[in-house]
Amino acid sequence: MSASAPPTRPRPGLRARLALRSLALVYLGMLLLLPLGMVFYRTFESGLGAVWDAMSDPAFTHAFKLTVIVVAIAVPVNTIFGIVCALALVRRGSTRGNGLLNAAIGLPLALSPVIVGLALVLVYGKDGWLGGWLLDHGVRIVFALPGMVLATIVVSLPFVMREVVPVLREIGTDQEQAASTLGASGWQTFRRITLPAIRWGVAYGVVLTTARALGEYGAVAVVSGKIAGRTETLTLHVEERFVSFEPVAAYTAALVLAVLAVLTLLAMNVFKPRTRKEAADGDRSAPGDEAVR
Amino acid sequence: MAIAVRQVTKRFGDFVALDNVSLAIAGGSLTALLGPSGSGKSTLLRVIAGLEHPDEGEVSIDGEVVTHVPVQKRGVGFVFQHYAAFKHLTVEDNVAFGLSIRKRSKREIRERVRELLELVQLDGLGGRYPSQLSGGQRQRMALARALAIEPRVLLLDEPFGALDARVRKDLRTWLRELHEQTHTTTVLVTHDQEEAMEVADRVVVMNEGLIEQTGKPRDLYDHPTTEFVMSFVGAVNRIGDLWVRPHDLEVRLDPDHATREAMIERIVHLGFEVRADLVLDTGDHVTVQLSRHEAEQLELRAGSIVYLVARETRRFDRQPAIA
Repeated sequence: MSASAPPTRPRPGLRARLALRSLALVYLGMLLLLPLGMVFYRTFESGLGAVWDAMSDPAFTHAFKLTVIVVAIAVPVNTIFGIVCALALVRRGSTRGNGLLNAAIGLPLALSPVIVGLALVLVYGKDGWLGGWLLDHGVRIVFALPGMVLATIVVSLPFVMREVVPVLREIGTDQEQAASTLGASGWQTFRRITLPAIRWGVAYGVVLTTARALGEYGAVAVVSGKIAGRTETLTLHVEERFVSFEPVAAYTAALVLAVLAVLTLLAMNVFKPRTRKEAADGDRSAPGDEAVR
Repeated sequence: MAIAVRQVTKRFGDFVALDNVSLAIAGGSLTALLGPSGSGKSTLLRVIAGLEHPDEGEVSIDGEVVTHVPVQKRGVGFVFQHYAAFKHLTVEDNVAFGLSIRKRSKREIRERVRELLELVQLDGLGGRYPSQLSGGQRQRMALARALAIEPRVLLLDEPFGALDARVRKDLRTWLRELHEQTHTTTVLVTHDQEEAMEVADRVVVMNEGLIEQTGKPRDLYDHPTTEFVMSFVGAVNRIGDLWVRPHDLEVRLDPDHATREAMIERIVHLGFEVRADLVLDTGDHVTVQLSRHEAEQLELRAGSIVYLVARETRRFDRQPAIA
């Protein structure tokens, strides 16, 4: 230690931080950015005409529509279900049964989607436990849209709940109780206080649910039968075209899926501006209390 | 009576939070529920509000039995220790919440919110979000929000507990003045005896789910009926089964038949007041409060021997649970 040591020495750890950051970027690049870039490149390699042809193929448009329908049903259903489950788990806290509920909802994350698909076929298929009866009454589940929606719902079940539960725990019950003392009914309290407070968790859960619903392959493959032009979602369509040596069609569908995913992420950001303003000063309080008088 | 609580019992599992408690609170008064944590004071407040339901007993507000009236319909204003600010709403919208639930006209709401913000001295801050306010400002916003619905009673649960000492003192004085203006029947829960004495015109001392004593602040201090109240409201020395306030002990330099010998262990200067910790010949430790002038005249030093005489002592016949 000498008094002449200049204070301009680089901050310790700066180099380590840079190294770590580069490592993470390279890792992500090799695993994600490069392959995705290749899809993009390959799609447009043979010109826009081929892309247009691929997108005008009735099988593609049907798959696209089907995907949108499946997502449009599965995501709202899972969002409502997820919020209700989270409320049941956190707010109506009878500890008995909660563990079971929690574990049951988490199960789809642990199970391979193919197993989910098979299990659904066992129950709702032609020879299934419920399927036969439903078929007799004119309701076809497996190898049809209802089965695909059902499979998608099951595999994307836990995301909203998983995101909302910690937020609900964190905000506590004070605000809700305050609302009730001010005369708000249970529903009014939920809509005007609880929902705005948990909306970030919900939004993030919706993004995860949508991503999973868009990309689900295994479970949907099993229950849909993968009939081109009839029960083929966009994700199934990618694989089908890829193995039938129509790479441009496969890449185009893949790119469309990627664009849908990005749009979902952007949609979540719509919530942002209001939140920024709210949190303008972050969570730190304004400087010292000015005197009351 | 603005609030009447009759034989209310509330249990949480095996824990008895309120044990057959009865209490009457006069309209327009400011009453403090004072007690240590776990004494049941917050539970009593929440039972009055309707945030907890009593296992037994009855609550009435303005003569109307409200035991089974849900919290939404009781017309009580409630202020929470940690503000319970609606974080996603502006200060204005926080204050307006109860009125917009009641579907008042936009103009009426705007007018009333403006008045209230002025009343709690937050005028000009209506457009801010709670995160942009200090703790004291947030609590004043919460108070305005509670007052907006013109509550029959205002219930404050440790309202200043999360604030630092200086702000707390300011707000106490301010709350007292606000009460003089509004005359809303107010019940305040606190564990701080100084706060209760300073703000309230009646204090209810609670301990272990029971009401120990109710009275004016001064009566509680001068005429405590139980050892608990004696020890909880104000500082006190216990010598054998005698209780004596630190300022009721006189320090003398010469012994006589009435004095007891003691050695000074420590002297603490607290501005005008001087506190001396002493040990008696029996081994009992006592604290004496003197003015700075007295302490200087007596030339008190740590280690010196002095003689104590009690101006006033108190003895309790009942043997309560506390030591």
